[in-house]
Amino acid sequence: MLLRRTCKETAALLIAREDRALSPGDRVALRLHLAVCENCPKFERQITSMRQAFARWRRDVGEP
Amino acid sequence: MSQVNLSFEHQVAEQHTYLMRFARLQLRNDAWAEDCVSETVLAALAKPQAFGNRSQLKTWLVGILKHKVLDTLRSRAREATLADDDGDGSAELDALVFQADGHFTSAPANWGNPEQELGSRQFMSMLEACVEKLPAAMGRIFLMREWLELSADEICKELSVTSTNLFVQLHRARLRLRACLEINWLQKT
Repeated sequence: MLLRRTCKETAALLIAREDRALSPGDRVALRLHLAVCENCPKFERQITSMRQAFARWRRDVGEP
Repeated sequence: MSQVNLSFEHQVAEQHTYLMRFARLQLRNDAWAEDCVSETVLAALAKPQAFGNRSQLKTWLVGILKHKVLDTLRSRAREATLADDDGDGSAELDALVFQADGHFTSAPANWGNPEQELGSRQFMSMLEACVEKLPAAMGRIFLMREWLELSADEICKELSVTSTNLFVQLHRARLRLRACLEINWLQKT
């Protein structure tokens, strides 16, 4: 199926999204997969945590 | 020299180790890092009036350092992006994280929110240790994105790499970091 993605492919999209805009097709496929998958939303939260952690790491410059 | 200037010199000199930590992490080359930090210190001492108060000193110095580091990466682009010889283990990592049919081998753990977590100091040092473990060329590219905060387009331009190559490197770096954090997290809990 055109919009069907494995977890591995979905994880790749979630990572790519940190550095570039996804195509409309990929965005739809991503949402469809996240809606039915148990593990990929957990992976997505980890990627979000990493993003927040790096933001904090950059900001913490200045603290001892 | 007046007391004020001596004290300023002393305060800047005190930051040497701190600046070296970032320069080393980003450049992965001690000689390049030393040069950048020395140039940063000299530039700072040349215009003490440019900075406001002591609490802003680190931020100000890091700002100067980032410019020096980018100059170095630009002029050393060829060496800086030279792929690491012995493969980067990305295929092996994929096989650990995903089954042959593309499913996760184990459920990704809940790391909590580093913004609120009490143990976030620990998470930060884990993060830095994991960045340090990235292969050199991959680590440089990754920190240009996450420390120098350049866009993908800017990194391609500065280093003369293709966007395809850049996205492959960033992708591998993020996957490795995630795996490294996961291992550390599971050991901690």
